[in-house]
Amino acid sequence: MSFVADPVTFIIDWLQRVLGGWGLSSGWVQFILFALGAILLTVGPMLLTVGLIWVERKLGGRFQDRLGPNRVGPWGVFQTIADMLKIFTKEYITPIGADKVLYNLAPILAVGAVLGVWAVIPLSSTIFGTNINVGVLYIMAVGAIGELGVILAGLGSNNKYALLGGFRAVAQLISYEVPMVLALLVPVMLSGSMGLNDIAGAQKVAYVFLVPAAALVFFIAAIAENGRAPFDLMEADSEIVAGFNIEYSGLKFGMFYVADFLHAFTSALVFSTIFLGGWQGPGAEQYPILGFIYLMIKTVIVYVFLLGVRFTLPRFRIDQMMAVNWKLLTPLAMAAILVTAIVDKLTPGGFGLVRIVALLVSNVGLLLITNWLVGAYVRAHRARRQVVSGPRTVVVAPPKPVSEAQEVNA
Amino acid sequence: MTLMQVIFLANALVTIFAALMMVTSRKLIHAALWLVLCLFGVAAVFGMLEASFITIVQIIVYIGAIAILILFAVMLTQNAVDDSYKGNRRWLMTGLVALLALGGTLLALFTWPKVASLSTALTTAQLDIGLIGQALVDPQGYVIPFEVSSLLLIAALIGAIYVGMERKGEEK
Repeated sequence: MSFVADPVTFIIDWLQRVLGGWGLSSGWVQFILFALGAILLTVGPMLLTVGLIWVERKLGGRFQDRLGPNRVGPWGVFQTIADMLKIFTKEYITPIGADKVLYNLAPILAVGAVLGVWAVIPLSSTIFGTNINVGVLYIMAVGAIGELGVILAGLGSNNKYALLGGFRAVAQLISYEVPMVLALLVPVMLSGSMGLNDIAGAQKVAYVFLVPAAALVFFIAAIAENGRAPFDLMEADSEIVAGFNIEYSGLKFGMFYVADFLHAFTSALVFSTIFLGGWQGPGAEQYPILGFIYLMIKTVIVYVFLLGVRFTLPRFRIDQMMAVNWKLLTPLAMAAILVTAIVDKLTPGGFGLVRIVALLVSNVGLLLITNWLVGAYVRAHRARRQVVSGPRTVVVAPPKPVSEAQEVNA
Repeated sequence: MTLMQVIFLANALVTIFAALMMVTSRKLIHAALWLVLCLFGVAAVFGMLEASFITIVQIIVYIGAIAILILFAVMLTQNAVDDSYKGNRRWLMTGLVALLALGGTLLALFTWPKVASLSTALTTAQLDIGLIGQALVDPQGYVIPFEVSSLLLIAALIGAIYVGMERKGEEK
């Protein structure tokens, strides 16, 4: 195995030989290698966030017809570093009456939950933290810990806006877990495994072309789990100031900030692993490093889509947010499971043309029917909505005769 | 003592300490959080037994769903954040009932003939999640308990909807 084709396996082999040469037992060698891997998998994404924040602010600026950061360094690339230095020097303020343990635990949980997802993502055919056989469920479980962080922040801050943000977060995050899990069942059904390595490896054709309905539901639910526009009700700055993280300052706020930006990228990473084939691509089997590059390209594409949604759509009202979840996404995900299961069993296995076309056609049909139903629902409810005052024609008063006007004046 | 035993003992200590703190802490919200830690410790025990599916399900169900539900209920109660709560006055009776329940469970466990043969590690074939799924819908397996519990859950759901539904035209 050459260094260029697969650097990580090469380095692992080399380290194993070196540590073994020092006379360490194989158990300790494994322990040291796991610890090193864990450190790399947590520090890497954290450092990546520095770049992500700049990318997001710059692209966000372009989406909204602004310049974005443009003062520190060329195209403002060092803006994040300046912000980081500033945030390191800020004072920690703990509000009076705050629950100290909860208040300090919340940012750690928020970041930890996002970083935990990276442990099971196969970055290439040979580079992954661990390959557990329940990777898909693990992602949901780790997400639940992130929710706990948001709730603790809202509860521990002793601030009514934070508490409101916490309430909204619970309502939103728990609700959107339902369509997310249902949508994830579809790739699990197609690949016959819950391990992310197996799901990525099984996609000779990316699942987004087989089951676009499930992919769409997962994409929307991922944005909602992320808590960004149009689902940013829990930190809606025009309603509840900053939501659950209102009382945080300094690096504790920085932790929430990092968790938010990294969560967006991680969602894109999970999406491209499960629906876009992960590391799959021409030559990725022989040269695992190529797989990593393919995965990153796919992830960046999904990430830019996420940013496009974030910077262009207005925020949902809370009843609209709930309606989208329970009246649209959950039934759509259930229908997608049913349709996929039936079509999949009726067509021959493998990646034959018949199966791909049948799955694609049934899914697109499902999406079209959903679109038509949503349109009918919206039209029906628009018709029944009470109008405070209907549109009126503009009436211009006819000019008064001069003599009359003079009489009034007199 | 192997590394695994050290980790197990540390985890067991944390879990038991969390359980004790849960029943003794004055603030309801802290009790709920100690419960989360305790359930996490149980999940870690499952993880050390290499039962990955049960570990993850423990975290999703007990931490992701039930613990957050409890936290939410506690947040909405009156004395969630004040620590004037002086404890249960009938602690003796409660303790007795809990002790009896624990004793009964332990007795049932140790008189179970299979308990001695369970100490072998699971093989990779036994860790296949498909087997769990098949056992749940197999007539020779657990299809009746599975269907009965899903029927119960449906009944609970319908009941919750009935209670929570606003009836049109009814005075509030």
